Amino acid sequence: MQNAILAALCGGITCSIIGVFVITMHLSFIGVCIAHAAFAGALLGIWLGFNPLIGALVFSLASAAIIGPMADRGELNPDTSIGIVFSLMLGLAFLFMGLMPGARTEALSLFWGSILTVSQENLIFLTAVTAVVIGLVAAFHKEIQAVICHRQVALAVGIPATLVFYGLLFSTGVTITASLQSIGGLLIYSLILNPAAAAYQLTYSLRRMLCIAVAFGVVSCWAGLAASYLFDIPSGASIVITSSIIFGLATAFSPKRKLKRWQQAQLAG
Amino acid sequence: MDNTVIRIQDAVVSYREDVALQGVSLEVKKGEFIGVIGPNGAGKTTLLTVINGLGKLVQGQAVVLGLPVNGRNGIKLRRRIGYVAQVENIDPRLPINVRETVMVGCYGRLGLFHRPTQAQWEAVDKVLEMVGMAHLSRRPIGHLSGGEYQRVAIARALVQQPEIFLLDEPTASIDPQAQREILSLIQLIHKEYRITTLFVTHDLRQLPSICHRLILMKEGKIWKQGSPESTLQDEILSQLYGAPVSIPSKSTIAY
Repeated sequence: MQNAILAALCGGITCSIIGVFVITMHLSFIGVCIAHAAFAGALLGIWLGFNPLIGALVFSLASAAIIGPMADRGELNPDTSIGIVFSLMLGLAFLFMGLMPGARTEALSLFWGSILTVSQENLIFLTAVTAVVIGLVAAFHKEIQAVICHRQVALAVGIPATLVFYGLLFSTGVTITASLQSIGGLLIYSLILNPAAAAYQLTYSLRRMLCIAVAFGVVSCWAGLAASYLFDIPSGASIVITSSIIFGLATAFSPKRKLKRWQQAQLAG
Repeated sequence: MDNTVIRIQDAVVSYREDVALQGVSLEVKKGEFIGVIGPNGAGKTTLLTVINGLGKLVQGQAVVLGLPVNGRNGIKLRRRIGYVAQVENIDPRLPINVRETVMVGCYGRLGLFHRPTQAQWEAVDKVLEMVGMAHLSRRPIGHLSGGEYQRVAIARALVQQPEIFLLDEPTASIDPQAQREILSLIQLIHKEYRITTLFVTHDLRQLPSICHRLILMKEGKIWKQGSPESTLQDEILSQLYGAPVSIPSKSTIAY
């Protein structure tokens, strides 16, 4: 149980931080694609008998490397190309699963997540990834803010914006890989999206958005874990439903939907 | 002493099968204010991207501020060049305010692993005062009008302490009053700082009166260049735009 609590903490932190960047850059679909690529890579590992983490990492980084230029250059309609990569990865995932001999218990647990039985190796990897992501965000906060808010401007002022952009994409891939076993391939993206989307409703400050997203992510994970433990329901699903409820509440009470004081002052003349 | 800050020779830029610039050659001296006019698709924006290294030369060469324009020097160059593009749609929920947006202009020169200093924040506040946006410094960037956004963009370019100022249709898509204010601001900045400036527009009414030289572009080439008096003539402009054009009277000019 201690491992599960720690995995929930680290997964909640890392996924939420990455989610803030993905939401702000409007790259939600790219993130979904990378998540399914990681899933396919992990299933390949299970099928061929090597560490699924390695398969997930290779596939997620490869898909980020393929999709990145598509979104970057804008030569094709990126949604179309990303959709093709997404469907390819989903197809590969089901192919690898279909080719697996015997019971597919380990593969199926990658679908739903198994935070209560997260392995020591995965936990160490997840903790290390969390530490690295926090470190990178602290070290490069200003560049990240510039790039996620307006990449063309960041390029124009001499920030290495392309490097930062691909760094964020690869960080998304690594985060997804690290969280795959605990949260599950079908649900990981919701944990990335929901807490960040909820925080996006509540503040115009990036620092505060990161803190709020992390708080929501950790609360979602711990609440989902508790529900899973107490009521014997799938942990991944519990986490995602909790984060969705938080998003709903944040949207309903969002200050961004109301007139600001300065707008009221203007109307009052 | 040669005070040429931009030297482009036979530049060719293409985007896949479209050739955006065809053998363009240009020299710009320090402190010049150059207007670049022409119809849509003439290559005006592409010319600016050659100067700041964002456009990729297929043929020819460019030397800007003493540096050859190539992949290696692109970032170094852009730190010394202020670039203001035309207004675009901004997500109103973006997590960045006006003050932070202007500070972005310093990040290139500041470099990685360095935080902005108190002196730099004071410089940002001073520039915001100059462009008339100090009272909105805490406003989220997505909550500005077109004119306000362009003032912020100009402020961001100014904090870079640029040696070249590239303005790509900065008054497009904003109302006439705001156009007047932006053009006045640009002219004030040039009088104050004498920054080498290239000002692109397709609207002759938006041409600043302080242009030393006009470059007329057509179909990816420099078609004509010269003083405003020699180039702003009905017959020349009609040929440039491929339709009857008359010089705007002073009463219709924005500034």
